[in-house]
Amino acid sequence: MPPKMNFDSYDVGPFFDEMFTPDGQPRPGCRMLHDKIASLPAGEILARQAAAEQAFYDMGITFTVYGHEEGTEKIFPFDIIPRIIEAAEWDALERGLIQRIRALNLFIDDVYHKGRIMADGVVPRAVVESSSGYFKECQGLNPPHGVWCHITGSDLIRDEAGRFMVLEDNLRCPSGVSYVLANRRILKRTFPQVFEAIDIRPVDDYAPLLLDMLHAIAPQAANRPTAALLTPGVYNSAYFEHTFLAQQAGIELVEGRDLVVADGYVHMRTTKGLKRVDVLYRRVGEDFLDPQVFRPDSLLGVPGIMDVYKAGRVAMANAPGTGVADDKVVYAYVPRMIRYYLGEEPLIDNVETFLCWEDKARKHVLANLDTMVVKAAAESGGYGMLVGPAATPEEREAFAAKIEADPRNYIAQPTVSLSRAPVIVDDHFEGRHVDLRPYILYGDDIRVIPGGLTRVALRRGSLVVNSSQGGGSKDTWVLGPGAAARG
Amino acid sequence: MLSRVADAIYWMSRYLERAENIARFLDVNWHLTLDTPGGRGEQWMPLVSAMGDFDLFAARGLPEDRETIIRFLAFDPEYSNSIVSCLGRARDNARTIREIIPTEMWEQINTFYHLVREAAKGCDAVLNNPYHFCDEVKRRDLTISGIAGDAMSHDEAWDFFRLGRLLERADKTSRILDVKYFILLPHPTDVGSNLDYVQWAALLKAISALEAYRRRHGRIQPERIVEFLLLDHDFPRSVLWSLIRAQQCLHAITGTPMGYFANPAEKRIGQLCGDLAYMSVEDVVAKGLHEFTDNLQTRMNRVDEAVFATFFSTFPAIDGASQQ
Repeated sequence: MPPKMNFDSYDVGPFFDEMFTPDGQPRPGCRMLHDKIASLPAGEILARQAAAEQAFYDMGITFTVYGHEEGTEKIFPFDIIPRIIEAAEWDALERGLIQRIRALNLFIDDVYHKGRIMADGVVPRAVVESSSGYFKECQGLNPPHGVWCHITGSDLIRDEAGRFMVLEDNLRCPSGVSYVLANRRILKRTFPQVFEAIDIRPVDDYAPLLLDMLHAIAPQAANRPTAALLTPGVYNSAYFEHTFLAQQAGIELVEGRDLVVADGYVHMRTTKGLKRVDVLYRRVGEDFLDPQVFRPDSLLGVPGIMDVYKAGRVAMANAPGTGVADDKVVYAYVPRMIRYYLGEEPLIDNVETFLCWEDKARKHVLANLDTMVVKAAAESGGYGMLVGPAATPEEREAFAAKIEADPRNYIAQPTVSLSRAPVIVDDHFEGRHVDLRPYILYGDDIRVIPGGLTRVALRRGSLVVNSSQGGGSKDTWVLGPGAAARG
Repeated sequence: MLSRVADAIYWMSRYLERAENIARFLDVNWHLTLDTPGGRGEQWMPLVSAMGDFDLFAARGLPEDRETIIRFLAFDPEYSNSIVSCLGRARDNARTIREIIPTEMWEQINTFYHLVREAAKGCDAVLNNPYHFCDEVKRRDLTISGIAGDAMSHDEAWDFFRLGRLLERADKTSRILDVKYFILLPHPTDVGSNLDYVQWAALLKAISALEAYRRRHGRIQPERIVEFLLLDHDFPRSVLWSLIRAQQCLHAITGTPMGYFANPAEKRIGQLCGDLAYMSVEDVVAKGLHEFTDNLQTRMNRVDEAVFATFFSTFPAIDGASQQ
């Protein structure tokens, strides 16, 4: 007899739980889902989880596991219990994200023009110019409407009190939005009755919004612009996402070898000769974009494309140079950017951040390594980081040496107890830490996709949610304004 | 469309058709076996020859028995024309053009691939009775064709999809005919003499042609069967039908009117279709069936080379070196 799963033995623990209040009651927006799960017959939840996993497998949303039997494929771990965000909570987040993206874009544009913020001493010039995402080749460039970063995925976390904070901004090629759309597709099969009963904001318009944004930034001359997504190719870990977005938006998916610069424009090689490309959604890093300007050994990019870009004959999302604000040290200055450019107080705070290149901060970090999370400035995907409380004394010592050797490259943050959400573990529910990556599109105006990717640290107690470190994901439901009344 | 994409869709389609045809080869031979009690006349090597891979098989030094050959043709991951290899490469190509093909098609190819890989793991059941497996392969490939016809826009991608499939089919139909001919009729002058009705019927059945043949010609007569499979104007697995449709695809892609040519691919396939369209089965027999099909395959290979040179050559596909 399969077990009947409910939340009777679920332990909220000393954390903020996304589904339950500290006394174990479901939060108002979660009540209907909670009751639905509790009403399901024995074995049903596990059967639905298995069906959802099979659907991912059949859809080919998998990665290849090396070192096991040849060609073994696995899906990215996925938990069918959604994470729910209530309408008012989301509205506040949305305002905060829009404010943040606006300031970040003003900052990038300023950096590549007059550099007022540096001249005024708000952000040190040395910090900006030593960022690995800063390219002096981009100085003086003018992307349409002054917008550089068109697609952002900022990572948010919640502390013990349930307060949202920005953990980092991903301004280069943030990935994961395809999982938001795929997760939703699967969840509609998994809990159709809940979708019928409560008002969950749809996410399916991401691809049309992406297309609108790409058209909006196309050079003036093109009245029916040709847009393409530039991918490094089939071996890239985000290749599924690239094909998915190109298909959903109805744009071409191109590799560097498909493109050629001729007569001052970018063209793709087709069965009927060359065809002009007006807008590129590039998922290739700047350094690989143009071997004539950046890394000469790169085979992923297109020789001469930067000249076309500078001449305004092709648009790129995100604009080359955007990565300057992706640096984790630059991140620490975003609240100051918001005050400087917008004259407003940040609506979402940063996590408290110590900059190791500042003597006082570094001393504090080195003295408190056992309570802090330390990250390398230009790394992502959970690489190059130390989770102090989980590290051995030897690991901490080794990391301290790295910090001393290259203080500019490290930041540290106090260990935040990320909020938790229930996940299925074997035949019962357990709380696991989660974060949230909403996706923001900035073309003619700024649009935030309701929800985003909820990543889950699937190992018990772990705070690391990156998929490259064994993390999984959940669907994220943002409730509509009417949901609370009916729920 | 992108040259790289056109190349990938063409090869994806060819590999799918090839996998289906191997299943058909296995199926026909299996049925022949059942009809020759005691294993008398059980011949499996001709299937390997039909794929053009006799030397490759011989170099392995494997026994020439039924199990070994079914395993080789269906499940050998090292053999590039096995069903499992064809599906792997079809899927690799499909993966690079997922944005072009309908989601349903990708999912079907993906689950098809997983099915065959699973079958390869515990293949004893298939070796004992390949019928269900072969049937499933045929059925799944037919489903993919159905999705293509009803869910893809009938645009350039569709034409490349059909082109690959039709050229592969023409090639394989001629080969399957060649194989039976080899087994049963070593001398061209013997055509029409003492062929076993059952065997020819099994062959027709394997390419889903038995019922269509019956309505067309009634009695089983080897010469009429040869005519049906090579030169019939209406049957969708005949060589002529496939090549004429392939020619139409080429012209749809380029916009060149039929009767004219603007590139080597159109010229070669036009000449081939012209020759076949005005040929009778008596001409074929006079020339010698094997000699005829041998020449046919050479000319079809030259069409394929011309397609590559005309549309894809600036960009070989991802595994272009191994695509033959």
